[in-house]
Amino acid sequence: MSKLASRLLGLGVSALAVAGLAGAALAADPIKIGSVLSATGPAAFLGDPEKRTLEMYVERINSAGGVLGRPLELVLYDDGGDANKARTFATRLIEDDEVVAMVGGTTTGTTMAMMPVFEDASVPFISLAGAVEIIEPVREYVFKTPHTDRMACEKIFADIKARGFTKVGLISGTDGFGKSMRAQCMAVVGNFGIEIVADESYGPTDSDMTPQLTKVKNAAGVQTVVNPGFGQGPAIVTRNYAQLGIGLPLYQSHGVASKSFIDLAGPAAEGVRLPSPALAVAEKLPDTDQQKPVVVEYKKLYEEKTGQPVSTFGGYAYDGLHLLVAAIQKANSTEPDAIRDALEATAGFVGTSGVFTMSPTDHLGLKVDSFRMLEIKDGDWTLVETGG
Amino acid sequence: MTDAAATSPPSRRTWSPRLVSLVFVTVVVAVLPLVFPSNYYLRVASLVWTSGLAVVGLNLLMGLAGQVSLGHAAFLGIGAYAVAIGPTHLGVPPIPSALAGIALSALVAWIVGKPIFRLKGYYLAVATLGFGLLLALVLTSESAWTGGPDGMPVERVELFGWRVTGALTWYWITGVALIIGVALALNLEASPTGRALRALHDSEVAASVVGVDAARLKLTAFVVAAVYAATSGALLALMNGFVTPDTASFMHSVEFVTMVVIGGMGSVVGALVGAAILVALPQALTVLQEYETAVLGLLIMVFMIFLRQGIVPGLIGLFRGMRR
Repeated sequence: MSKLASRLLGLGVSALAVAGLAGAALAADPIKIGSVLSATGPAAFLGDPEKRTLEMYVERINSAGGVLGRPLELVLYDDGGDANKARTFATRLIEDDEVVAMVGGTTTGTTMAMMPVFEDASVPFISLAGAVEIIEPVREYVFKTPHTDRMACEKIFADIKARGFTKVGLISGTDGFGKSMRAQCMAVVGNFGIEIVADESYGPTDSDMTPQLTKVKNAAGVQTVVNPGFGQGPAIVTRNYAQLGIGLPLYQSHGVASKSFIDLAGPAAEGVRLPSPALAVAEKLPDTDQQKPVVVEYKKLYEEKTGQPVSTFGGYAYDGLHLLVAAIQKANSTEPDAIRDALEATAGFVGTSGVFTMSPTDHLGLKVDSFRMLEIKDGDWTLVETGG
Repeated sequence: MTDAAATSPPSRRTWSPRLVSLVFVTVVVAVLPLVFPSNYYLRVASLVWTSGLAVVGLNLLMGLAGQVSLGHAAFLGIGAYAVAIGPTHLGVPPIPSALAGIALSALVAWIVGKPIFRLKGYYLAVATLGFGLLLALVLTSESAWTGGPDGMPVERVELFGWRVTGALTWYWITGVALIIGVALALNLEASPTGRALRALHDSEVAASVVGVDAARLKLTAFVVAAVYAATSGALLALMNGFVTPDTASFMHSVEFVTMVVIGGMGSVVGALVGAAILVALPQALTVLQEYETAVLGLLIMVFMIFLRQGIVPGLIGLFRGMRR
């Protein structure tokens, strides 16, 4: 009796396993572009705008006739922020969906986990994650669109130097973003003749940073404070900073270049400076700025379609998709190797994060000047015309 | 783990279900690559085997000893980070690093379990929960050693100058590891230790009256479960070539407990079915886009309502009922 039960059970289990693994059907004509994003989970505030942007623009490109006369097909998976899942989906894109290229990888962790899959398969991968490790050392098939933390540090230090300050207090978050940016800032600070006189940190869920800020305030000779951080931490730092009446110039990072930071920090945010892509100040850019038409159009379309304020994260996805489409057109081919070569030869491509010019030694293609230095005035962003 | 086959009564009835389970697992592992159309399926199956290995171990603790570990992913994390940190920072080759990780995991389980099992009740759940959170915190904070929240790469294994890579290779490595794990678990279940554990599960008082050392037995089960988890973690890290702190996260621990409960506590095949469902089902459900998580949750609820003992024991019960 139990034998039969076990056998029947075996049948059931194998049927289940096969059903569970049943894949998608294949279509011949469309150009398949893959994407693995963290649209849910802890990184959803990054992944969700990326997902909406990709879906919206693939639809627009298709209704305008597609690429090389063929429609685009977006194969999109949600990794929930889990690097192991991302790796599985990456394998699926390559082995099962047979995509020609991939735009995705919301976090540095998921990107690093997926990279070997694309390198092994020789398929181009345009990452949307921040860390400099993704493109350094250069990997043949891996590109990325967001600015690196190092560039944000350089932009901030150049501005500090231009204002004549030399002693900086650092207070950073212990999340991935804060840690990575802190390390990059420490690495480049020497090039600007600036000295770090205080180095404090706070946890991602801390609700009061007064003790750390008091220490920074009491550090000998401190002239200005920099806060590499992400999420709500920087808003709390900004509020505590005003409550303590520290009165020195405060710099935030590009990680909080969104309207919600100003809302969270309230009046305390007045006078705070931060580096940001042009998107945050789309309408305020001078008409001569070559990025203006791109960012204004993207902002308008995104906000009309989703009813939500535009974020720089969605802009990374915009840049990734359009860089890829431009490369396919230029290569006049959907062969992954041809696309890769065309991507590497990208020159003067105007995106939301800056003007991209790539090379065999630079798979990002942005310069420090693609960051704009912003200052918060009357609860809104204004462009600062100084610094590097 | 005392010698099982020799001491258990050699009647055919006690042998056959165990042998059937082992043969079934072996056949599934051996046959699947023949029907898989691409490497992606091999990858998903390899993930089922590695998760399955951890779950078979956890099942010994939950199904036999009747104890819950809410920080089981931490042992996975110890194994995974051992093969990442050993070669990168200490210059120890991957395989000795893996063995060191497994040993460390067993030691930690022993240290955590030793005082806890002197108490009756579910204190282990609380202690492992705390330990799991603590380890996840260390892995995220000590970025000089662990790469922090973004994780760190793992060096590829080299055996006699041969780089161990490729989906099929890892399929066989993880598959064989699973078969060995299942064989040992089945053996343990049928051994005097296993029977004593089951007696303990039913009634601790009765078991201690007949001379079963409850604390020592539970500790054994816990250490064995930790060894399974660390082995699974080391395999996963070597296969992926990359580790992140998610490996040791609380949600991952919860996932393992869910796999045991869905598949069926106390059943080795059940543990594998639970792992297969939670690993493969999300892959199949991606067609539903946003509703994926909702449908997955609903299915888990349906399984729990209609097959309360878990899928495998529940179905066996159903078939028996039908034949009566």
